[in-house]
Amino acid sequence: MAEVLVLVDHVDGEIKKNTYEMLTAARRIGEPSAVVVGTPGTATKLAEGLAAHGAEKIYVAESDDTVNYLSTPQVDVLAALVERVSPPAVLIPAGADGREVAGRLAVRTNSGWLNDLVDIDGERAGTHSIFGGAFTVQSHVTTDTAVVSWRSGSLEVEENAAAGTQETVEVPAIDAAKSAKVSNRAPIVGGDRPELTEASVVVAGGRGVGSADNFNVVEGLADSLHAAVGASRAAVDSGYYPNQFQVGQTGKTVSPQLYIALGISGAIQHRAGMQTSKTIVAVNKDPEAPIFEIADFGIVGDLFSVAPQLTEEVGKRA
Amino acid sequence: MNIVVLIKQVPDTWSERTLSDGDKTLDRASSDAVLDEINERAVEEALKIKEAGDAEVTILTAGPDRATDAIRKALSMGADKAVHVNDDAIHGSDAVATAKVLAKAIGTVGDVDLVLAGNEATDGRSGAMAGMLGELLGWPSLTHANALTVENGTAKAKRETDEGTCDLEAALPAIVSVGEKINEPRYPSFKGIMAAKKKPVNTIGISDLGLDASEVGLAGSLVQVDSFAPRPPKSGGQKVEDEGDGGAKIAEYLVGQKLI
Repeated sequence: MAEVLVLVDHVDGEIKKNTYEMLTAARRIGEPSAVVVGTPGTATKLAEGLAAHGAEKIYVAESDDTVNYLSTPQVDVLAALVERVSPPAVLIPAGADGREVAGRLAVRTNSGWLNDLVDIDGERAGTHSIFGGAFTVQSHVTTDTAVVSWRSGSLEVEENAAAGTQETVEVPAIDAAKSAKVSNRAPIVGGDRPELTEASVVVAGGRGVGSADNFNVVEGLADSLHAAVGASRAAVDSGYYPNQFQVGQTGKTVSPQLYIALGISGAIQHRAGMQTSKTIVAVNKDPEAPIFEIADFGIVGDLFSVAPQLTEEVGKRA
Repeated sequence: MNIVVLIKQVPDTWSERTLSDGDKTLDRASSDAVLDEINERAVEEALKIKEAGDAEVTILTAGPDRATDAIRKALSMGADKAVHVNDDAIHGSDAVATAKVLAKAIGTVGDVDLVLAGNEATDGRSGAMAGMLGELLGWPSLTHANALTVENGTAKAKRETDEGTCDLEAALPAIVSVGEKINEPRYPSFKGIMAAKKKPVNTIGISDLGLDASEVGLAGSLVQVDSFAPRPPKSGGQKVEDEGDGGAKIAEYLVGQKLI
């Protein structure tokens, strides 16, 4: 069976859930081979999890240079493997870093790039969800290899014990004239809450929250539900909550099981980031707020009385 | 210094966007078209470099006739001239084919030191054009910059994404994509708007770039769209007035849905 490459998404020696989704999707197309690009010693920490989720092979590309240059090490390693094993697909996380790797790899190997997929079948037919979920698009590549960026949170992860045979591969020497050198790397630490794009429940606050301090009402409800916290652009622009939590057209796209919108009017740009959520609950003072047009359950009322009460009710049932 | 700024006209995100039934491409005619907001920041950054020293700023776009509006806006902010790749053959190009067109077009501007672009357009959202162009041109790409300094033949940027921050450094020529926080773009002045009307815009086709119609557009794209469907509109469900028990009502609903 053909090898399907999966670029492992990892931070501080831990695998991100997205990697398991990609291994699950890769198994439909062929035999998953995980590709670990990192500093020496990285793969040892990740091997067990990768094998438990279907990685027959683990290509280990380790070098200190992998953190010293921007995206080039990943592109170089994957391009060499594409050349060697002619995979029907290479799956790469659809975050900012991953899309850069994917776009460059597509150019370098002259492969079609299926960007931001939410599904792929065994015949490599990809499904995209575009314009904030307003349209579903099916597409395929005309090349031997499909470069796929995979949107996190799109697929149920399946465990599947596999060999996880490790093989060391070279990180090609970096041409410094063609690569940006990286220093002072600082990953954003999410804290104890689940990551916004991976969470099954998201509680988000908007302009109606009124201040940065008041966001503790949003956080309180989120914590009772083990949820991620999101914010509308209006809330972020007003300085109530940090930028990386913004949901919407210019922020993140989320598709959780449950999305609770507190004091969010539901402008089209916000809806673009959350309208594919399975269940939407909204609390807003304004009965005419557009968020109610897409909410499965809406309360017209003051979020500062409704949200704490809900937090308490959830607590009783926990 | 010779600076090229890539701009893109996109459907306004405040309008309803859709795809064309015929060739399944973005329906650019049905919604309002605007200069993508992030591009204004790229233009602004180029103008700051020009004002601090000596630079010529060339706007570059690939798009249909009406992309001229976006070009004029960028020129009215203070850019010097523009190159407009306007060719029906480009219509439907995927990201890789688009990158090929833009890379060739950058080559028409002479010895370019720096290319500036937005980090992600609001329509295609591939978010990788700078990296792809770097790959084609053999240049380093410094992406998602929220601060940039260019001196002594070196570009230094502070990169910020959802995944983290870092410092970047590379020798020119280089390509830089800017993020939302890099600056606040200026409004064109009346004088700027008047002056923009007289600034040179070089309109070219793909044959001027040494490209063949089979290499671009739908024919040259390595991705083919098979079908698309609007997502069934989500209709509102229950809406209740809070009578002091709103939180409890939501809890009841969530229990009913087996969500808590």
